[in-house]
Amino acid sequence: MAFDNSEPVLRGSSVKLLVAGGFGVGKTTMVGTISEIPPLRTEEVITEMSRGVDDLAGVESKTTTTVALDFGRITISPELVLYLFGTPGQDRFWFMWDELADGALGAVILADTRRLGSSFPAIDYFESRGVPFVIGVNCFDDGAVHEVEEVRDALDLDTWVPIVMCDVRDRASCKQVLVTLAEHALTMVTAGAR
Amino acid sequence: MSNDGTWFDDAAGPLVRPYAMTGGRTTSRQADLEIIALVVALGPVTRVQATSLDDELIQILRLVQKPASVAEISAGLRLPLSVTKILLGDLIDKQLVAFRSAVTPDIRVLQAVINGIRQL
Ligand SMILES: Nc1nc2c(ncn2[C@@H]2O[C@H](COP(=O)(O)OP(=O)(O)O)[C@@H](O)[C@H]2O)c(=O)[nH]1
Ligand SMILES: [Mg+2]
Repeated sequence: MAFDNSEPVLRGSSVKLLVAGGFGVGKTTMVGTISEIPPLRTEEVITEMSRGVDDLAGVESKTTTTVALDFGRITISPELVLYLFGTPGQDRFWFMWDELADGALGAVILADTRRLGSSFPAIDYFESRGVPFVIGVNCFDDGAVHEVEEVRDALDLDTWVPIVMCDVRDRASCKQVLVTLAEHALTMVTAGAR
Repeated sequence: MSNDGTWFDDAAGPLVRPYAMTGGRTTSRQADLEIIALVVALGPVTRVQATSLDDELIQILRLVQKPASVAEISAGLRLPLSVTKILLGDLIDKQLVAFRSAVTPDIRVLQAVINGIRQL
């Protein structure tokens, strides 16, 4: 599957994870806190093919949307670079962008206790694709204090999904979330769940 | 190219031969250029290239004197990812850059990630 023409000039290789969740939940902040470079921005044009139900001729129409992504980078070792992509919060179109999730080691889904429901689309997406994910409850100053099990109930999460209380402005806190995700992904790979 | 009338290679098998001849390129290679594929220039930008190649290609070559991902190149040039991939395809065709696909996040990779983040 994977091939390249890079021998022997390129020794390093890359892997990625996603930071998802609703608009304003702290995705870009998290990427910026943990990245070794200031977050960069890139964009892609997503094309949706839709077919009118009433249309007997079956003519397909196209809708295109530009989706912007913030991303950062962590050099894990001289051989491995980790990229972190913050998914666009408001836009439903990124859910059609399968390339983004393909091959990802996993996803951090950030949740805001003031509106937990905004995390549901991301939870559904990663669950259905079998991508390992953890919930990072971003503890805003004026947010209600929740217990982990309250959040689990409210989000209807399986018992094995890790939930971490975090502050995405804090580097140590972001590290803890990412280590929890990578350990969870390791557990799933080891169990042959993927 | 094989001159002995056989179309297969004893050692590597028939499927490997066209792959080897194209230096890893296939007609659908752009599909393999993932968002985090790493790209590096195979040499400095020469004066001939600087006058004969399109501006965007020169910009990319300057940017990938050190390895960079497709996403970083796209951000650096302020071009959509799909356009960046097509330009990179041109540079791959011209054998001016090397690229490497992302690794599969297997046990070894995940352990490296865990250790790497802990040590930040
Ligand atoms: N008080 C507080 N503000 C935060 C926190 N995380 C993010 N913010 C702020 O919330 C806003 C939205 O954050 P951002 O990272 O852009 O959200 P995104 O839409 O998910 O990328 C920004 O103004 C941040 O400074 C947090 O943990 N506490
Ligand atoms: Mg953002």
